[in-house]
Amino acid sequence: MDSRHIAFAAALAAVTAPALAQAPDPNLGRNLAATCANCHGTNGVSQGVVASLAGVPKADIVDKMNAFRDGKRPATIMHQLAKGYTPEQVELVAAWFAAQKR
Amino acid sequence: MSMQRRDFLKAVGAAGAAGAAGAMAGCASMPGGASAGKVVVVGGGYGGATAAKYIRMWSGGRVDVTLVEPNESFVSCPLSNLVLGGSKTIADVTVPYSGLVKNHGVNLVRDIATAIDTEKRVVRVASGASLPYDRLVLSPGIDFMSVAGMNSVEAMDNILHAWKAGPQTVALRRQLEAMPDGGVYAIVIPVAPYRCPPGPYERACQVAWYFKRAKPKSKVLILDGNPDVTSKAGLFKKAWSEDYKGLVEYRNNHVATGVDAKTKTVKFETADDVRADVLNFIPPQSAGDIARQAGVITANNRWCEVDFLTFESVKVKNVHVLGDAIQIAPAMPKSGHMANQHAKVAAAAIVSILTGQPVSATPVVTNTCYSFITDKDVVHVASVHQFDKDKKTFLAVPGAGGLSPTWTPLEGEYAFSWAKNIWADTLA
Repeated sequence: MDSRHIAFAAALAAVTAPALAQAPDPNLGRNLAATCANCHGTNGVSQGVVASLAGVPKADIVDKMNAFRDGKRPATIMHQLAKGYTPEQVELVAAWFAAQKR
Repeated sequence: MSMQRRDFLKAVGAAGAAGAAGAMAGCASMPGGASAGKVVVVGGGYGGATAAKYIRMWSGGRVDVTLVEPNESFVSCPLSNLVLGGSKTIADVTVPYSGLVKNHGVNLVRDIATAIDTEKRVVRVASGASLPYDRLVLSPGIDFMSVAGMNSVEAMDNILHAWKAGPQTVALRRQLEAMPDGGVYAIVIPVAPYRCPPGPYERACQVAWYFKRAKPKSKVLILDGNPDVTSKAGLFKKAWSEDYKGLVEYRNNHVATGVDAKTKTVKFETADDVRADVLNFIPPQSAGDIARQAGVITANNRWCEVDFLTFESVKVKNVHVLGDAIQIAPAMPKSGHMANQHAKVAAAAIVSILTGQPVSATPVVTNTCYSFITDKDVVHVASVHQFDKDKKTFLAVPGAGGLSPTWTPLEGEYAFSWAKNIWADTLA
């Protein structure tokens, strides 16, 4: 593929999937995770009976969110909130919390 | 010392160390003009206090933040209805501002903003000082629109709103305690939108919870300006017809037009006058007065329209408006939880702007609102709102969010946990 074809492919990608063509948002995981802090604590360090998320392995958070979303894990509220995030957003949030100190 | 207490101290210590390091980094490079900018935050409620903390935290201390707040401490509106019920005191819902100063290096100015010059970018405070800013965060909460008969000293002393938690909350509790058994407590609710949609109905439950134990011949009369209960309607109505049967009466479409303070009587557009022994009148509301002064009230002469990617006013550059004062997106409640969420979107955007990074184009906000039916049995409503780039607003995600099936003590535990976490997230 020569450079003109690459440019064409890139332009096509920009038209069909603009989100993918843009530079990644460096703070997106952090910002999305901050939506959880009201109940799970700043940076995922909880002060109450609700679970801390800081330092929890990414796969565990993703699995739990999927189980909440699919109604496979009992919940009072998380089954409702989990349905509000896209799978990509859950991945970003989980990765960000996994990287925080407990 | 319990596990939780130890963890809490550890968390506060860690936050403090991070804040101090950030502040030192700022100082170390001062000669080169290290500060990425100055932000002044007006109003230390759920919106403003959260913005002050997160701008410091997310800028690594590079952005100077001054918080202007007249009150000595933060008093939470959420949970303050428990003070009226008598299961909590005002001290239980009060949090100091010292965490923002010690842990995050926020410059706290205990004063009231009196004027904002949006051309020169200066906030003037009552003491006469001038605070320059690169970016201003206005989180002014609400002020009350005038109601006929409410301006006399007698009316202001005796007919309370208690819709800003603090002295009025304590005074209303005293009125309830002083009321003889067999009396009538009436709560007057304005037409939506107003601060905290389920709050008045939760309050009715809390007063009924108190009456049921202490004054069982008394009555809670809800005089609602709306055609129906505006939030958690099925749950509240179930509580009134079951737990509080015979104690609570709900009347819809009662749009109040004025009060007579001498006789504690409310007048309505279309319904008969109502007299009460304790009259709790919640007037219609608009964005706090300083927003009007700053020229950012653009909707209906009441609320402030914002660009939802940054919460910057659509009219006045460099002024970001948060919380109950804004013209809300569809299905977005005016709540403390939501104000905290606004603050984080705005904080991320302001730090990005001041440090030359792109502003995030895909923000999300959530709402979780717990209401106490008794002193410990609780219901919730929750929602998730994704930014829609075509409509340029937040839209509630269909199928996400929802209500509790009924009130439970487990949700009561989660509600108290929510309070601990959001107070720390906002102030510590």
